[in-house]
Parts: sequence; C-alpha cells; structure tokens
Amino acid sequence: MIRKKYLKNLFKGVGFLGLAFLLSGCEKMIVFNSKGPIGQQQAQLIIVAFALMLIVVIPVFVMVILFSRRYRASNKKANYQPDWHDSHKVEWVIWSIPVAIIIVLATLTWKYTHALDPYKPIKSDKEALQVEVISTDWNWLFVYPDENVATINELVIESGRPVRFKLTSATVMTSFFIPQLGGQIYAMAGMQTQLNLLADEPGVYHGQNIEYSGTGYHTMHFNVIAKSPEDFAAWIQQAKQSPEALSTERYQEISGKQIENYPITTFSSVVPNLFHDVMAPYMEWMGHGTMPSSHDNMHAPDHSGHEMHNNEHAGHDMPEHEMATDTMKMNH
Amino acid sequence: MFGKLKFTDIPTDPLILSVVIGMIVGAVAIIAALTYFKKWGYLWKEWLTSVDHKKIGIMYIIFAVVMLLRGFADGIMMRTQQAMALGANQGYMDAHHFDQIFSAHGTIMIIFVAMPFMFGLMNLVIPQQIGARDVAFPLLNSISLWFTIAGGGLMMISLAIGEFSNTGWTGLAPLFEKEFNPGVGVDYWMWAFQIAGIGSTLGGVNFFTTIIKMRAPGMKLMKMPLFTWTSLTANVLIIISFPVITAALFLLTMDRYLGMHIFTNELGGNMMLWNNLFWMWGHPEVYIVVLPAFGVFSEVVATFSRKRIFGYKSLVYATAVIMILSFIVWLHHFFTMANNPNVNIFFGITTMMIAIPTGVKVYDWLFTMYRGRIVFTTPMYWTLGFLVLFVLGGMTGVLMAIPPADFMVHNSLFLIAHFHNVLIPGALFGYLAGFNYWFPKAFGFRLNERWGKLSFWGWAVGFFLAFMPLYVAGFMGMPRRMAHYNNPEWQPYLIVATVGTLIIGFGIFAMLVQLFLSVKNRKKNRDLTGDAWGYGRTLEWHTASPAADYNFAIIPHVKEIDDFARMKADGTAFKQPEKYYPIVMPKNKPYGPIIGALAIAFGFAMVWYIWWLAVASLLAIIATVIFIGFDNDNEYVIPAGEVKRIEDERFEIMSVASDQNIINEKEEK
Amino acid sequence: MNTTEAKNMDEAQVIAAEHAHHAEINTFGFWIYLMSDLVIFSVLFATFAVLGKNYAGGPGPTELFHLPYLFIETMFLLLSSVTFGFSMVAMNEHKKKAVIIGLIITGLLGLGFIGMELYEFRELIMAGHGPDKSGFLSSFFTLVATHGTHVTFGLLWLVVMIIQVIRQGFSYGVRSRLVRLSLFWHFLDIVWVGVFTFIYLMGMV
Repeated sequence: MIRKKYLKNLFKGVGFLGLAFLLSGCEKMIVFNSKGPIGQQQAQLIIVAFALMLIVVIPVFVMVILFSRRYRASNKKANYQPDWHDSHKVEWVIWSIPVAIIIVLATLTWKYTHALDPYKPIKSDKEALQVEVISTDWNWLFVYPDENVATINELVIESGRPVRFKLTSATVMTSFFIPQLGGQIYAMAGMQTQLNLLADEPGVYHGQNIEYSGTGYHTMHFNVIAKSPEDFAAWIQQAKQSPEALSTERYQEISGKQIENYPITTFSSVVPNLFHDVMAPYMEWMGHGTMPSSHDNMHAPDHSGHEMHNNEHAGHDMPEHEMATDTMKMNH
Repeated sequence: MFGKLKFTDIPTDPLILSVVIGMIVGAVAIIAALTYFKKWGYLWKEWLTSVDHKKIGIMYIIFAVVMLLRGFADGIMMRTQQAMALGANQGYMDAHHFDQIFSAHGTIMIIFVAMPFMFGLMNLVIPQQIGARDVAFPLLNSISLWFTIAGGGLMMISLAIGEFSNTGWTGLAPLFEKEFNPGVGVDYWMWAFQIAGIGSTLGGVNFFTTIIKMRAPGMKLMKMPLFTWTSLTANVLIIISFPVITAALFLLTMDRYLGMHIFTNELGGNMMLWNNLFWMWGHPEVYIVVLPAFGVFSEVVATFSRKRIFGYKSLVYATAVIMILSFIVWLHHFFTMANNPNVNIFFGITTMMIAIPTGVKVYDWLFTMYRGRIVFTTPMYWTLGFLVLFVLGGMTGVLMAIPPADFMVHNSLFLIAHFHNVLIPGALFGYLAGFNYWFPKAFGFRLNERWGKLSFWGWAVGFFLAFMPLYVAGFMGMPRRMAHYNNPEWQPYLIVATVGTLIIGFGIFAMLVQLFLSVKNRKKNRDLTGDAWGYGRTLEWHTASPAADYNFAIIPHVKEIDDFARMKADGTAFKQPEKYYPIVMPKNKPYGPIIGALAIAFGFAMVWYIWWLAVASLLAIIATVIFIGFDNDNEYVIPAGEVKRIEDERFEIMSVASDQNIINEKEEK
Repeated sequence: MNTTEAKNMDEAQVIAAEHAHHAEINTFGFWIYLMSDLVIFSVLFATFAVLGKNYAGGPGPTELFHLPYLFIETMFLLLSSVTFGFSMVAMNEHKKKAVIIGLIITGLLGLGFIGMELYEFRELIMAGHGPDKSGFLSSFFTLVATHGTHVTFGLLWLVVMIIQVIRQGFSYGVRSRLVRLSLFWHFLDIVWVGVFTFIYLMGMV
C-alpha cells in the first residue's frame, strides 16, 4: 500500500515537474498564488525577470543543439575553420545584449526595491494594525499593543487592512515569512526590524521561520488567519475574554527554555512594554557615562511610520532615533 | 588528561556506529594490505613526502574523491529523510542528527571536495601548462596539501568522536556561540575549516607566485592558456578572501574560548558582522571554485572542437571582471537583514552585472564550437552538459539578485536548487571534465569512454531530477534545512529529488567503474606521445604522459597562444633537441605529513580542551618550521646524461606511436 | 632560466642560476603572503570599527589608555625597525659582527615592546577590563594581541636568524631569509602605526 502511494507521488512529482515552469500560476506554488499586494508584485517581478533572461538563455539551448549537431566531426560537409577565433561583430552582440538586459533589470531592481521596501507602510485608508513579533526558541509570540492582547503560534489579522509588524528575537536570528502575503525579514536580538503586509481576502495562510535556529527550527510554523473586519473585531473581543494573561512570569516560561510547539494560546492582557523589555538586555552596551543612555528613549516607541533601517556595518542596533539619522545619512 | 573527552562521547546511534565501524574496517584493510605488500616505504618515499606537483595534484584529487563519497552519503541521507518525514512519519533520524548532516554536507563539499579538486587540477596542470618544472614553493605545496587533509581528517573524526556542528556550512551567528551551542560540534567545524583554510591560503600564494614568476620565456600574460588565466584569478581571490575567513573564524574562536563578545547578542557583540565577514569570503569562494572550472571548459571546448578558442581576449577580460565584481556582491546573501534599500540595490545590481561576463563566456564557448570539428569525448560531454544546465542556475541567480524577489525565495529550497545548479554544473562538471581530460597526462593512459559517458548521464539526469523539483518546492514556500514538515504538497517533489539523487549515485558508481576498467585495460589506452587526445593545443601536451620529474628537459620558448598547436604546425613539436643540460630539482621532504599530523592533533586537542596536547602540538609545529629553516639539503641535480637517457627512451616510444597515429587518422577518414 | 642561458652550463652554474631565480621568487612570494596577512589585520580593524564603541556600560579609551606609556611602547618598535635597517646595510657589506649586534638590539627592542604590551594587558585585566567585558574590549584585545603575536613570532624568527648567521654566515638561504624577516618586521611596524593611530589616538579624541 505504502509503496503504491510513494509511486503515485512519484508520478505526480514528475508530472508537476514538467508543468511547473509553464504554469507559473500553478495554485500550489504559493509564491505565485499571492493573497496580498506585496506578494503579488514580488511574484510578478519574478516572472518578468525570468522572461527577460530567457532572451539570453534560450539561444544557448538552441546553439548547443544546433552547433553540436552541425559541427560534429563526422559531418565532413560542415564548414571547418580552425583559425576562426575572433569576430568583432559577434563580440559586440554577445556583450551588448546581456548589458542591455541587465540595464533593464537594474532599473526594475531600483524601482521595485524602493516600492517593495519592507519598511514602507502600505497605502490604505485604514490605519495599520500593529503587531509586535517576538521569536523565541522555538515559538512565535504575537503582541497586539493597541488591543493589549497577544497570541502564540497563531497570527490573526484583518483582511483588507495593512499590518505593520515590528520584529525582534529573544534568542538567535530567525526569519519571519508568510509566503502568500509577501517577503520575509530577519528578527534579531536587541534589534527591531519591520515588515508591512496586507491580506486582500480572508483565509488561512501558512507562516514560518525560514532561518535555521536550532533543533526546534522545523517546528516554527504557524497559521495566519485573515478575518473580515467584523470577524476580526469579534475575535479581539473574544480574545479579551481569554482566561490566560501574558505576565512577565508567563513570558519567561515561554522563552526561558527551549520548547517546541507551545500550544496555541490567546492572552487577554500583556505585560506593558514587553517587546522593548525583550530587546533591553541586549542593548545594555549603550549605557556608557559619556553617551546618552538608551533607557531614556527605549520606552518611547516610534509609531510615526518614517523609514528606519539597519544601516550596514555600523549603527544597526542603535536606538531608534539614531537609526533614523543614520538612514538619512545613507540616503543623502 | 583528556579534557572534556569521555567514553560516552562516542556515538551509540546504530547508523553512525555502522559507518564508523565501516571506516575503521576500511582503514585496517588498507593498512594490512600496505603491510602485506610491503608498500609502506614506497608510499612514504614516493607519495606522502613528495614535493612533485604532479603527485601532490593526484593526492589532492584522491582526497577530494574520497570526501565526495562522504559528502554525497550525507546528501542522500538528507534527501531520504525529507522524502519520508511528513506528518506522523518522523523519518529515520531526529532533528539534531539531520542538522549535523546538512552542516557536514556543505562544509565537506565546499572545503574538502571543491577546493582540493581545484587545487589538484591546478597542481597537475599549471606547471606543465606554463612550461615550468615545478611550482614556486614545492615544499610549501606539500604542506598546503597536508593542511587540507588534516582539516578533512578532523571532519572524519567528528563522525566517530563527539558530534558535528548544526549551524550549517556558513555558521550562523549567534547560534554558533557557546551560549546556544555548548557542545564540540561547532568547534570541530571551526577547526577543520580553519586548518584547511590555512592550507588554501598558502596554496593560493604558491600558485599566484608560480604563474607570475615561473612562466616559460615568451609566455606573456596574454599568451597564457585560459586554464592558467582562470587559475590566476582564482588565486588572487584566494589570497585576498581566505584571510577574511581565517580572521572571522579566529574571532569566533575568541568568542567560544575566551568568552569575548564579537558575534554575541549581549555586551556589545554584533551578529550581523559575522554575515558580512563570512560572505566577504564566501562569495569570492564561489568564484574560486567556479573560475578554474571555466578554465577547464575553455581548454576542453577548444581542444575537441579542434579549433582555437573563440574570443580569447574577451574571455580573459570577462574572467577579470568576474574576479573584481565578486568582491562587491557579498551582501546579496542577506538582503533580508533589513538593510537600507539603497544598499540592497547597490549589491543587487553588482550581482546581476556578473551575469554579463558570464554570459559572454558561455557564448564564446559556443562560438568556439561554431565551424569546428567537434569530437564528442567524455570531457566534451561534461562541457555541453555544463552549458545547458549552468545557464539555468545563472538565470535563477540573477533572479535572486533582485532584492524584492529574493525576499520570496531566500532560505527556501529554491536557494538550495540555485546554488547546486551553479556549483554542480559550474564547478564539479568542470573538474570532472578536467579529470577525464588530463587523466592521461597524469597516468599515461586514457579513461574508459563508455563508462565515462554513462557517469555523465547519471550526473546530468540525476542532477536535473534532484534539483528542479527543489525549485518548485521553493516556490511552494518550503524552507531549507527542514528535518520534518507537515505540508503534504511538498512530498512528491522531495521524492522525485531523492530519485534524482540515486541517479547521481549511479553516476558516481559509473565513475568508479570507469576508473577500475581503465586501470585494468591501461595497456590498450596508453598515451605514447604525450599528446593524449591528438588535438592538444597547450604546453602540457608537449611533455610525456606521465611527465618526467622535471616536466621539460628543455624549457620551451613560447611564441603564441596555444603554443603546442603552433609547434605541431611548424613541425617542431616532436623534434629531439641536440643537447641536454643538468636540471636542479627539489628533494622530497617529510615535513608536509608531519605538520599535517600535528595539525590534526592540535585541532583535536582544541576541540576537546586537551590543553597539554594543544600546546605540545603547536610547539612541535613551530619547531618543525624552524627545523625546515636549518635544513639546507633540499635540492638535487639530475645530470645531463640522465636527462638524455630519459628523453631518448621517450622519443623511442614516440616513434612507435607515430605509426599508430597514422592508423588513427586513416580510421577517421 | 631559459635555454640560451643554459647553453654550456655545468652543474654549479645551473645551481647558481636556480638560486638567483629562487631568491627573487622567494621575496615575491613573501610579499604576497604579507598582503594576505594585511587582509587579516584589515578584518580586525574593521571589527574594531564596528564594535569599538560598544562599551557595554564599561569604560572607554579615555579611561583605559595612557598615551605617554603607549608612545614609549611605540618608540620601542619604531626604533627596532631602524636597527634592523642597520643590520641589513651591514649584511650587504658582509659585516657579520655588525649584523649580529644589530639583530640583538632589534630583538631587545622588540622584547621591550612585547613586555610593555603584556604589562598593559595585565593591568587592564586586573582592573576588571578583560576582553570578555564588552565588544569594545574584545575587538581591542583581539587586534592588539594579534599584532603582538606576530611580533612574538618575529622575535622567534630573529633568534633563529642570529643562530644561522653565526653558524652559516651569509649563505644564499640565510640572506634570503634575512631579507624576508626584514620585510616582515617593517610590515609589523606599519601595522602598529595603524593600531596606534586608529585604536589609541583616535579613541582618545
């Protein structure tokens, strides 16, 4: 029986394989079955880039087959010119076509990297839902600061309303990824990263950690439930009735030791400033006498929505206001 | 006495235990055979202590092939685990074991297969291709080899004693810190990598100096064969980038052994620094292993198209551009680390720019075939397979160079498929083409073509089946490194991938059969002229197969690109010179294996905190190096008469061969 | 060595030509090695640039470093480069005694440098500012100690060379090694100037 199933799967796999590249909209390739504007644009970008590159790639296939048939040693009729080794015309073509394609791709890269910057708020007439994401060993904790509720290993969002994630890690580096909504971003201890996503329609989407983080890494997946505005409001009300509360002790129970598959729980209240307190131990290094103490501004989270980025090499884990100035320096 | 090491550190997992027992039995069998046939002296004098670049090259390649078997075994275990481990089925190993396997697989394939295979080919070919008698520093060459083997030895020991790292071949900050990884696994990875890396740096210095300073008179830079060119650029990359990983691993050592805070979460460490440092080495490393393979393809495609390479200058410039660009693309390995978009754009565009010279190279090879007379030998099969498969990998690479697209596929199986699609056709196919192409030069007989081609088909078909499904699984959102998963839609693809891996296994099996049959029938396939394929264009085909210790009795004067083809056209290729001269050659020395053994002892001692042994072996290495400084007996002279005797013998054999050649040419007509 | 040169050569000539060629190759190869070593130092400098302000609540350069002390330490190393230079001049004039004296003085100055550096480390660690206290101290200790280790190996090499000059005079091998050691020594000097400027001086500002 089992063998039969394996065989069936095998044939299925071969079948898919052949169709895979033709049917880029194949429902199962969830990257191309996006349910949000960010993911849709990213998927389109992938398809456009593929199409452009085929201009260079297809001739290679054709020429390999054509040349190796025509100029095989046994074909004495073919033109044989052992000293033909230079042609400015050919060189011109083989340099300029790739250059042209890369110029187009570079332009696309320029445009879309800015347009799809994960830090960029999504335009909407609705105010973004704030979610603070904390990755632990090996669970995902989602805090809704405005609603003062939290969930673990299940994310509930409102469809049609932008979601603004702030992410950090209580331990090692992780990567937060909901393929059907849009691209991933790393979560790192002592630092805050951001991601803006939007689900167009209600549904259940798959989310996961996609950066290896230890033996429990493979269990770090969760469901993202996008609810209609009414259902979401109802869910918030329901969450507030939950008997569970996310106290400091409860947080320590979750993050203190390595746990796989912590049961999905909804918390009716959250200890204040949890997200910042998770980052705090790793930010102690700023407390030098001659420099401004980070603790002063740590509890003044910035919700103004202007871009803040980790600047490569230096300043990435500075308090937010310094990060902002740093970004401006980079952008000038 | 034994530091942290306890009896309980020897794994009792039946799977590992059986492999370990197999390894021990194999080692005992080899030792017994050597003793029985009284070959120890021969092995030690002629091989292990040899400073002859040709023998060092062969030893590098043997080492690489042995490690390839280990790395492939890891690969097949990963594939079978993932084909099974869906839902209720946990597969046949736990996550901790699985994690060690993917870490070992990557480390082995890059550091202990690709690097030694590349150095092996460079050793075999470069001195002969540039008309030199050896490399610039023959003893250093032997030491480089033994450092690499020492690193590999440490890897193998980690299988039997203790555990291996679980943080991937790239290391993951801060997961590899003591806080999260108190065991010895990361230390094994770190020291094996570090020791082999030192060997590579020394090798890079050696080959760079060799190519710059030891070329035959008349061989200007723009007359160098393309394999020499690509090797030169690879060595520049080695010299500049390997010290970066040496320093980065050293910094990690400081963290793990002295409690420093370089890559830690707390007290001012910075985990993102590791990503930067690692990939400042890691990306050039990709080109270190790929560029020499491109050189092989250039040689093979010209030889078997029986035509001069198309666009020599273009190929050289393209190689140089790739070399330079490879230093400024490292950030594309972590676009997802929330960098400023302008930073991502810069690195994205530099990355896709690499596609330009690479594309040019592909077309130059194709136009070399154009108006040629292509002979479809095994090396040519590998080259054609490369052309078809590699462009797919290049295409997905450009795709991942676009940051927002990368956000969707980074760290997924798509990424796995991409870099295997670059490294297997781009590097490994090249090495295997080179292996088949230069084998007769190294051993004096050609490899079996039938099984060579079967091996190619095994690899090519197997590769396609093993990795194309992973692209799809990546688009389905499957992350890399999953010991277990719950999404049934991924499984069919993973099963196909496992089948593909088995077909690759057949390719490897065919390669071994090919070797066995070729050795068995070596008399039939002997190369008597030195120009094993009859269409050789570059200087290495000017020497005997296998070449005499000194390679060239008289150092040739180079006049053109493909100088051997020029000599054949002039009719001067096989003319015996009137007079010979004495030749100075380096003497074999035992320092390489001694330092290698001490390096293993040092690495092992550091892993297990056996401080006395660490100090003792380090002091012994220093003492050995000082001793080398006092050893002035390091060269010998081959008298002119002896050179003449060897050369006369060769020309005798060649006169027999020339009759055979006439027969061959008739057959062709 | 090419064929025209090789015409009518006997064995001694062949060896001499080989040695001349190799002396040049050795120096070139050593240069290349130094460049790769420089990359190691660059990485450590870059690490310091990234982590150098991460004091983790502890003291910074102004509290820890004493410029006059470091100035004397620096002078030891700079002077040792000068005395090594004298030794090389003496070597070219084949003055064995002068070379040995020059090398011994160089060694003593180097020893003084290492001694002062170790004393500085000891003071820091005793005062509770060891390399495990902050990112700043980690990157500082790693960079300075890596340089110090290089100087220590240089000293060891120096001792070996003194013995070789005494025992073998200025043979082909000894001369070639002395040239390389001098390159190494001056190289470490230059790196130290970088350390002094970027770590100490700029840290104080």
